[in-house]
Amino acid sequence: MANDPIHQFQISKWIPIEVGGLDFSFTNSSAFMVATVVAAGAFLFLTTSSRGLVPGRLQSISEMSYEFVASMLRDSAGSHGMRFFPFVFSIFMFVLMANLLGLFPYFFTVTSHIIVTFALALLVIGTVVVYGFWKHGFGFLKLFVPQGVPGVVVPLVVLIEIVSFLSRPVSLSVRLFANMLAGHITLKVFAGFVTSMSALGAAGVAGAVLPLIMTVAITGLEFLVAFMQAYVFAVLTCMYLNDAVHPGH
Amino acid sequence: MFVASAFAASAQDAAEATHSETGVASDGAHEAGFPPFDSSTFPSQILWLAITFGLFYLFLKRVVLPRIGGILEVRRDRIAQDLDQAARMKEEADAAVAAYEQELADARKKANVIGQEARDAAKAEADAERREIEKQLDAKLDEAEKRIASIKETAMKDVGTIAEDTAASIVQELVGGQLDKTAAKAAVKSVKQ
Repeated sequence: MANDPIHQFQISKWIPIEVGGLDFSFTNSSAFMVATVVAAGAFLFLTTSSRGLVPGRLQSISEMSYEFVASMLRDSAGSHGMRFFPFVFSIFMFVLMANLLGLFPYFFTVTSHIIVTFALALLVIGTVVVYGFWKHGFGFLKLFVPQGVPGVVVPLVVLIEIVSFLSRPVSLSVRLFANMLAGHITLKVFAGFVTSMSALGAAGVAGAVLPLIMTVAITGLEFLVAFMQAYVFAVLTCMYLNDAVHPGH
Repeated sequence: MFVASAFAASAQDAAEATHSETGVASDGAHEAGFPPFDSSTFPSQILWLAITFGLFYLFLKRVVLPRIGGILEVRRDRIAQDLDQAARMKEEADAAVAAYEQELADARKKANVIGQEARDAAKAEADAERREIEKQLDAKLDEAEKRIASIKETAMKDVGTIAEDTAASIVQELVGGQLDKTAAKAAVKSVKQ
């Protein structure tokens, strides 16, 4: 059991709730969603509470994340896209905090479940589609007809564009989910080698040094991945939102 | 390979473990498997994600982002204001320097004018004085020349009588006779000519 790399993704019910035959229990996953939101919200709220003209270190982190996401969104979706800033910033902070919290031993990783990342991806694509049609009406469909394409290949290009649009939520969600899942499994497997090899005696303990080093190195890598995946998720969100703001690119 | 086989083995273990575990926990209503693909947990995850993310979004939109945006704006305004003030002060300083240099140039020019005037006045005065003195000297010279001329005239007039007298005396001494006055006069006149 201690060596089972899948066990960390197990969902356990803390408060069973069942409505209409569906299971809405408050689980460890729910608890870590709450923890993610509270940690991120409290950090942003408390570090900026002094409203210092000259920011301290923690206030700088909040301001840097604000400006980081703001410039990311402005660069890809222009100033019209800035109306989505709270949305993109929430997604970025949520994913980042969930990924980082998941790196603590014995903590549950919210983003390692496909349904969570898929729900977030659908939220993004849903926002794009709803805003696109609301703002541009059927002009939004120009998104699927790139300009300057010869008439003969238009049907083919439109087909490709539609398939690529439909695959966006899948790729967006699977990328984050798979990265989190694979990283945590790898970490657990190498950590498991350390314990199982040390149980074999002195030679095993000596041999366990290598997987231990790997575990430490992968932990460092996972911090990078946690940030990178939150960034990638936010950047792609910005690019998809750009399609909703300027469909006739 | 090592990792892969180890993973496969432990995944199998996990499948068995979760099977027995979830079988106890949720009355075996669903097939046990890889937890992320266990669809029985989806409603709960979606619901709690919607609740937590929704609240998070509202909290950030209403409270946190306006606050950070405000902080950044205040700072930007403050920096712009400070830069403006610095630019204004620099302008003022430049203007003060220009005014000072202007004043300095004016003063120098004025000093030159005053000096020139003073020099001119002194020169004019000196010239006037010199002319006055020259005039006086000329007058004195003329007077002196006049006097010399008159003296010379009287002297030349006197020379004739003295010569006649002297000639008469000499003749009287040498010859012992009275010399005719008119003859002496004629002799002197012929010598003088």
